[in-house]
Amino acid sequence: MPRWLRRIRAALRLRTRRQYLLCRAMRRRRQLRPVADRTGAIRPGDILVFMTLRNERLRLPWFLDYHRRLGVNHFLCAENGSDDGSREYLAAQPDVSLWTTTASYKEARFGMDWINGLLRRHGSGHWCLVVDPDEFLVYPHDDTRPLRALTDWLDASAIRSFSAMLIDVYPKGDIAAQPYAEGMDPLAVARWFDPANYTIRKDAVYGNLWIQGGPRGRAFFAEEPWKAPALNKIPLVRWARHYAYVSSTHTLLPRSLNLVYDENGGERASGCLLHAKFLSTFAGKAAEELDRRQHYADSHEYRAYHAALSDAPDLWTQQSREFRDWRQLEDLGLISKGNWA
Amino acid sequence: MSAPVRLGVVMLCHTQMNIAARMARHWAAAGAAVAVHIDAQVGVDAAGAFRAQLEDLPDIHYTARRNCEWGMFSLVEATQEAAATLLARHPDVTHVLLVSGACLPLRPVEDLIAWLALDPARDYIESVTAADVGWTVGGLNQERFTLRFPFSWRRHRKLFDRYVALQRRLGVRRRIPQGVVPHLGSQWWCLTRRTITAILDDPRRGEFDRYFRRVWIPDESYFQTLARRHSTTIESRSLTLSKFDTQGKPYIFYDDHRDMLEASGCFVARKIWPRANALLEHFPRPATLPPSAAEPQPGHIDRLVTRAVARRALGRPGLYMQSRFPRKDSENGKTAARYAVFQGFDDVFPGFRDWLAARVEADVHGHLFSQDRVEFADDAEVGPGCLSSSAAQRRHDPQGFLTSLIRITAPRLQVLLLSPRDDHRPLDWFVATDPNALIFVVTGAWVLPLMGSDMPFDDIRRVGAQLQAREEEQLSILRSVWVKARVHVWELADFLARPAAILHQSVQELAEVPLPGDDLPAMRPVDGIGAFLQSLRNAGLQPRLMGDFPAPRPAIRE
Repeated sequence: MPRWLRRIRAALRLRTRRQYLLCRAMRRRRQLRPVADRTGAIRPGDILVFMTLRNERLRLPWFLDYHRRLGVNHFLCAENGSDDGSREYLAAQPDVSLWTTTASYKEARFGMDWINGLLRRHGSGHWCLVVDPDEFLVYPHDDTRPLRALTDWLDASAIRSFSAMLIDVYPKGDIAAQPYAEGMDPLAVARWFDPANYTIRKDAVYGNLWIQGGPRGRAFFAEEPWKAPALNKIPLVRWARHYAYVSSTHTLLPRSLNLVYDENGGERASGCLLHAKFLSTFAGKAAEELDRRQHYADSHEYRAYHAALSDAPDLWTQQSREFRDWRQLEDLGLISKGNWA
Repeated sequence: MSAPVRLGVVMLCHTQMNIAARMARHWAAAGAAVAVHIDAQVGVDAAGAFRAQLEDLPDIHYTARRNCEWGMFSLVEATQEAAATLLARHPDVTHVLLVSGACLPLRPVEDLIAWLALDPARDYIESVTAADVGWTVGGLNQERFTLRFPFSWRRHRKLFDRYVALQRRLGVRRRIPQGVVPHLGSQWWCLTRRTITAILDDPRRGEFDRYFRRVWIPDESYFQTLARRHSTTIESRSLTLSKFDTQGKPYIFYDDHRDMLEASGCFVARKIWPRANALLEHFPRPATLPPSAAEPQPGHIDRLVTRAVARRALGRPGLYMQSRFPRKDSENGKTAARYAVFQGFDDVFPGFRDWLAARVEADVHGHLFSQDRVEFADDAEVGPGCLSSSAAQRRHDPQGFLTSLIRITAPRLQVLLLSPRDDHRPLDWFVATDPNALIFVVTGAWVLPLMGSDMPFDDIRRVGAQLQAREEEQLSILRSVWVKARVHVWELADFLARPAAILHQSVQELAEVPLPGDDLPAMRPVDGIGAFLQSLRNAGLQPRLMGDFPAPRPAIRE
């Protein structure tokens, strides 16, 4: 087959895939029942957060405040069968729109169908940040410039998507030893990270990078690194109706949205999501999630956690670094200012 | 002060009318005459509010509103008209400064006036011969003046590019009017009344306007070219601090640039992020007495921008991350720092690693690429940067493993041991083509541990054949013409003939350390190597990498 024909075929295949995802999203959106729909308050130019969650009551106050401080204007949440008061708490927030469902998380492609549906309906034309309640966005200059400065600059540079890889943060010592309470800054407890322990591979079909490693790769998947969770994420996108997330926020379609990296040696601007998964609440959550079997690849990730967690784990090592600020991450080369000086 | 200076300001406004109104007030309050052009795209309400806010200032004039699209001649026309208004209404205006509504004056107007008074006849306009301009995007500099551009670069980029390509192919060119030498430069200038008047009243102005109407981005070339015709004292620089990146996009200043902008001593800066409230409150600085005519010193900001451009275009050497993943041979530095690779040395000297670690200032690792685990220095379970000592983890991305290790430990020298027994084949080319690598190889040294092993001879022969094939493959790469590393290769026989000299010479390349002549680590026994190699030969394996070891004469049976 000639090369141009192959190229057209590949493009058509991706297009079909995208349309399939969008159809799913529109169908699965019907599973969501609105609890508090305040989307009428969204103004043009607002920055929106989209998330799915289940039983995250403890983490929510700090999470919302953190992103409000960055300059997020509205939160759109798909809540999946919580029984710890998360729903009531979110419904009472003035800048949250909440939908709820008891349908299967797994059947909804781990919540991504719901998110794609909400993004298509409410996200078009806005900068949208898709995160979990245990993820905290860090970007260059976040101590002096609000998120709006970043999105304005991205607009001016004609950039539509912004990369922010996951960086797992963990406490020093036994995870269970430092209890986490509501309203606490998770980064005050879990403030250590792996500075240079990441593997990168480029995806041939979607063009995104697959980043793995970090403390989870090192502690739970040392002998099977290819099974370790993916850390690459493209969570901040100026959304348009025809976009779709393919697998979690790792991959997008159209393919051009995945090209957030420079291949000629230069650096593009990027940030990270500090992932405060490893708090004292983690062991309970891991056991519960393992029980529900609703996670990716037969929940093998949670099985590995469960096995490792039974003997008081400590992710901390001599080589771990204590998180200070974005400058530290930029010096380490985990994030980059690019030309946003 | 020599001649009195009266400043006139031409202000082009198209967005953020509130900020623009504040700036207009600032200029007018300090005694400058201001002519404002409000873009036709600004809503009637916003324009009305703008005028209402400035009603109390008599020296602000408004010119007819035009639709100014980026890169179109209407921008020049708006400027011409506003400048003409200023000159006509205020016969005492001596200088005209062109700013936009988004330009932020940093220093008081009095400073600028005092500074202009130092040499009142001078024109400040950046003006570079089009042929010598290196900064324009898309490579269009001279061609801006000789091609036609009927399609918008912003809205119809493809058509624009194709039409340019077509004209190049057909060789069509426009004629440049006689006496015009194309010049380009920043669109923000400050000209004297004499020069402006000469440009506006030029008898051939109609001809020039007709010509520039079809030039691409005339606001960067109209005044810059014509000022050369009329002015004798051009100082080719702009009084407006305005920086562009590689995409031709202006740099944006934020609150955190405040101190740097203040220290720069520039008169006007752009662009300012419209929500940078701290900047907008801090500037312009209040007037001082007496006004300072200090020279602008934008060096700091220049460096900041240059660094940012380099970061975007070249990146940091040896860094592989989520937003920098260079394809092969586009790395601008494959690794971040120098490192050294010793192959075969620890086969000759079993205690080589500890011996070397005690003598050079470096992290001396063991076999990082060993088959079963990563041997970090001090046998650490977790290596620098939290790298895992699991061989499976390393195999998942060997290049990432090596580059991460080197970058996280830089500038400390990293030394690693290698052997054909190791699993470094995917990196052979990478290391050989990396100028940061220092490679020392004693070929065939792997035979010494084999000789001392108590494996059955058949196994020894089989393993020997594998190791030899592997090392030959590696050597063929180290001998290729693409090698960028510093490579030293000795045959085992050569090395054993003068081990101290070679070892010391190699160590000296890592660090200038004095080594006494007899300072050698304990050596593995090498007696009987000739006989051993002969027995390999007898078993059908030709040892090719060890050099010349004479085989002992077989005992002759009586």
